[in-house]
Amino acid sequence: MQRLRRTMMFVPGNNPGMMADAHIYGPDSIMLDLEDSVTLAEKDAARLLVYHALQSVDYGQTEMVVRINPLSTPFGRKDIEAVVRAGVHVIRMPKTETADEVREVEAEIERVEERLGCLGRTQIMAAIESALGVVNAYDIATASKRMMGIALGAEDYCANLKTQRSQTGDELRLARETIVVAARAAGIDALDTVYSNLNDMEAFRAEVEFIKTLGFDGKSIINPRQIEVVNEVFAPKEKDIQKARTILAAIREAEARGSGVVAVNGKMVDRPVVIRAQRTIELAKASGLIDNEDF
Amino acid sequence: MKALQQRAADLKAEAQRLHKQVFEPASIAPKVTTPRADLQAQSSKLTSLEEAIRRSGLKDGMTVSFHHHFRGGDKVVNLVVDKLAEMGFRNLHLAASSLTDVHAPLIEHIKNGVISRISTSGLRGELAREVSMGLMDEPVVFRSHGARGAAIANGELHIDVAFLGASSADPLGNACGYSRSENAKSICGSLGYALPDAQYADKVVILTDDLVPYPNTPNAISEHHVDYVVKVDSVGDSSKISSGAIRDTKNPRDILLAKQAAKVVVASGYFKPGFSIQTGSGGASLAVVKYLRESMIRDNVKASFALGGITAHMVRLHEEGLIERLIDVQSFDKVAAESLKTDAMHKEVSACEYASPEEPGSATHYLDVVILSALEADIHFNVNVLVGSDGIIRGAIGGHPDTAADSALSIIVCPLLRGRIPCVVDEVTTLITPGATVDVIVTEYGIAVNPRRPELRERLLAARLPVVEIEWLRDKALSIIGQPAALPFGEKTVGVVLARDGSVQDIIKAIQP
Repeated sequence: MQRLRRTMMFVPGNNPGMMADAHIYGPDSIMLDLEDSVTLAEKDAARLLVYHALQSVDYGQTEMVVRINPLSTPFGRKDIEAVVRAGVHVIRMPKTETADEVREVEAEIERVEERLGCLGRTQIMAAIESALGVVNAYDIATASKRMMGIALGAEDYCANLKTQRSQTGDELRLARETIVVAARAAGIDALDTVYSNLNDMEAFRAEVEFIKTLGFDGKSIINPRQIEVVNEVFAPKEKDIQKARTILAAIREAEARGSGVVAVNGKMVDRPVVIRAQRTIELAKASGLIDNEDF
Repeated sequence: MKALQQRAADLKAEAQRLHKQVFEPASIAPKVTTPRADLQAQSSKLTSLEEAIRRSGLKDGMTVSFHHHFRGGDKVVNLVVDKLAEMGFRNLHLAASSLTDVHAPLIEHIKNGVISRISTSGLRGELAREVSMGLMDEPVVFRSHGARGAAIANGELHIDVAFLGASSADPLGNACGYSRSENAKSICGSLGYALPDAQYADKVVILTDDLVPYPNTPNAISEHHVDYVVKVDSVGDSSKISSGAIRDTKNPRDILLAKQAAKVVVASGYFKPGFSIQTGSGGASLAVVKYLRESMIRDNVKASFALGGITAHMVRLHEEGLIERLIDVQSFDKVAAESLKTDAMHKEVSACEYASPEEPGSATHYLDVVILSALEADIHFNVNVLVGSDGIIRGAIGGHPDTAADSALSIIVCPLLRGRIPCVVDEVTTLITPGATVDVIVTEYGIAVNPRRPELRERLLAARLPVVEIEWLRDKALSIIGQPAALPFGEKTVGVVLARDGSVQDIIKAIQP
């Protein structure tokens, strides 16, 4: 089953109060941050906190992601060591510009996993936050079989581009489209950047609708209050659910017949349609629109 | 018919038969011709605080009472008790509808023997801390708002002199929790908790910071009940009853709890046209109305009344036509207080009319849904809102047990964890609201339904709400936090919690510092 990643909630790695109950708001993924939200003086303390949070808090079905410091700093390798030991699902690389950087992180992860005897357990995602990163997006997305997604980091990207973020988001258009296309070509997920004005939920909703149209799987978020909006936007419409049900019923029927050909109303159903139907049903389940027992 | 003089003998005979005097025309006092605006300023009720106390006949050992409608901004209790101390009174029983952290100066008056007994609904701040550690020889008696009203009405709590702050009063004693004059200095809205005191106390002293011309109508307290009127500089700081604007909690956990509680209401079976609702204090419970509003509009479900502590949220729904009437024993913020002043459908009621267990017509009996907060709940659904997990008194019973018992559906919103404190435990520190009256407990980790309400459980499950067992919540809290150390309670009893029927429900022991 494909994991849903509608919301990836950023939680500072130096805030135990927020780390302890971040999952109760129901984000699909939680990203504990060791990088930007942690000052240099607190890097070691935060790493220890994140390690213990991953070990002791029952995050249920939530995907756990940790954003590490770059390997070029004295902290990056220690971060990888600690969070791989703690059993993190995904290591999120900070600003990534080349495939080599991904391979470097992969080598570090492998080194730790080999010692633990859990080779291949940890996935990687990369944040694309520069023009070079956008240009290399596909290479980055395919640099490792551990890659599960790429995400846009808009602030650094805009600075690098010599522009700034606007209401319309025109300046991000190429980066967004490139990232979605690269992710799709690589068969991994694409996540959009954060929206930080919590007082304008309508503009936030408009942005989520826009990035959904572009094809993103979900959005990075900074506050639990944003979750409901994203989930509402990503929730499938009733008629889509009905259509998906029909298609999945046809698949089951085809399987029962031992046939590889799926047909609805006499017409053959293409594979992309099947995949979309499956995603619709997963989204509908996650949105509480249908019961698990139904499928 | 004989002339008047000729009837003299008959008059005399009739007067004798009735044991009365014969009318004497000369006994009529000369007609007072003073313009009435001047006359009312000479009202015999109008006097100084000291003189009012003296004339009230207050003696050592008697009971004085106060209301807490100004909450954190109250100035009357300290003003009056300072005066009582100055006048040399001893061993007084202070019976307040509640006491807050501004009443810390009472500590000295207790140490000096001016106050020897306290009855209240709640205690907070430094006074509460000192009491918890054994300040008083006599335990503080805690009652719910409904039980206090009933105890005053049935004579169990006899008040000798009530000192009641009012934002306006005329020289004859007609008093309100707001003022219609341009000199208005304060506003607290409803005087609901002061009304039983006004009605049943032997003597009633109104303190006001806006003395207005007679008649100060419509009035909350009638001149009929008032013996003295005292003009003071200030009865309270209205800014401390709450902020003026709608308080919107930004705390994501409170929002989560409020949204879940609103869903429980909608799925409960009680969410029907004409339903009635009350929310208790606390960010999450107050916010429930905001989220319920969306469902009320969507499903076209209008409430017949909202009860209790009235908030700006409630007023907004009322003004939008979603709640027909507001029944207000206490105004939780300035918006509610202003609405009480101007809106005839916003009705002020006394604590007795609100929640007396002894009055069949009290409003809580006709309440469908109440949403309340809690410091702690236990696996038997008992709730504590009075004593903190550190053993220190830090809250108020309020109308919690009244509304839980009388409503058709009581919902408690309570985070499972407050920092490192578990809020669903094996046994509450102090029993305030019995589990038999609590129907649903909403936490951020799941919703527990009292086994006494299997039909509710089914409805919530059908609505896909995350229903869990209460024991599961306790275990969850323990698994995250661990078993807290037992509290170091001593032997001395510092508080007695009375049940609604006046029986002794629990006691509070002194906590070691």
